[in-house]
Amino acid sequence: MSIWKYSSPQVFYPIAGSMVPWFAGAAAMLTVLGLYVGFFVAPTDFQQGEAYRIIFIHVPAAWMSMFIYLVMAFWAGVGLAFNTRLSSMMAHALAPTGALMTFIALWTGALWGRPTWGTYWVWDARLTSELILLFLYIGYMSLAAAIDDPRRADKASAVLALVGVVNIPIIYFSVQWWNTLHQGASVSLTRAPSMATTMLTGMLIMVFAFWMYSIAVSLVRLRHIILERERNAAWVTEIRAG
Amino acid sequence: MQWGSVSEFFAMGGYAFFVWGSYAVTFLVLAVETGLLMRRGRTLRDRTGRMAGPGEATQ
Repeated sequence: MSIWKYSSPQVFYPIAGSMVPWFAGAAAMLTVLGLYVGFFVAPTDFQQGEAYRIIFIHVPAAWMSMFIYLVMAFWAGVGLAFNTRLSSMMAHALAPTGALMTFIALWTGALWGRPTWGTYWVWDARLTSELILLFLYIGYMSLAAAIDDPRRADKASAVLALVGVVNIPIIYFSVQWWNTLHQGASVSLTRAPSMATTMLTGMLIMVFAFWMYSIAVSLVRLRHIILERERNAAWVTEIRAG
Repeated sequence: MQWGSVSEFFAMGGYAFFVWGSYAVTFLVLAVETGLLMRRGRTLRDRTGRMAGPGEATQ
């Protein structure tokens, strides 16, 4: 009995299945709570009025878009280094959700930019590097889908995912490295956040909600990928017969 | 609580289009993802169910 046991798709399939309802339930409850705090407890912003309330989905989506990419690249890299099937499947399961989070960050950012900056889109460093992130996700998924042999697809797409990691610090530090229209970080580990406590609370609750959602849907997608990939394995045949 | 009425809440201080446009698309996109995943799951289960039949050749 070792931790390597859990790297087997057969062992992880039922475990993932039993975890999904917990993460989905947590996501739903945190969303209700976060939106309540965001719309009914947090005050009106003295500069932006009510437009700032987009923050409660914009920041969680933007954080998740970067975080999911790192987790995806990590599992893709583990799959590449140790040839573990489940790791590569995990990376593939994360990609579509990461792409959606990136899209949501860009979309809500555009709708937030219009009333505050006067434009939906500007080619500044933060926005452009986030758009490149979307293309990286799409490229990763396209490459994986374009190669027929799943193990070769795992390896090729893993290389793409790992090379793309360089974009994540560029997104994160873009507001410091370049003179951007996008504001700097309102929340950081090194100093006190520059926002009202209730605003921050609502935003952090929504971050956890998006996090739980991402885990839930990725685990469901992982189970589908396992079933599809292992369809000829004896244990899947037994599930079918059972 | 800063809303005097329901209509004031939906007006979002004049930013209704931007605020609700963000939230509507976000939840639509997440709902579509969830829906597609559930459909894929059903398709997989249907297929595995059929393939569980006796003497079914592996593909």
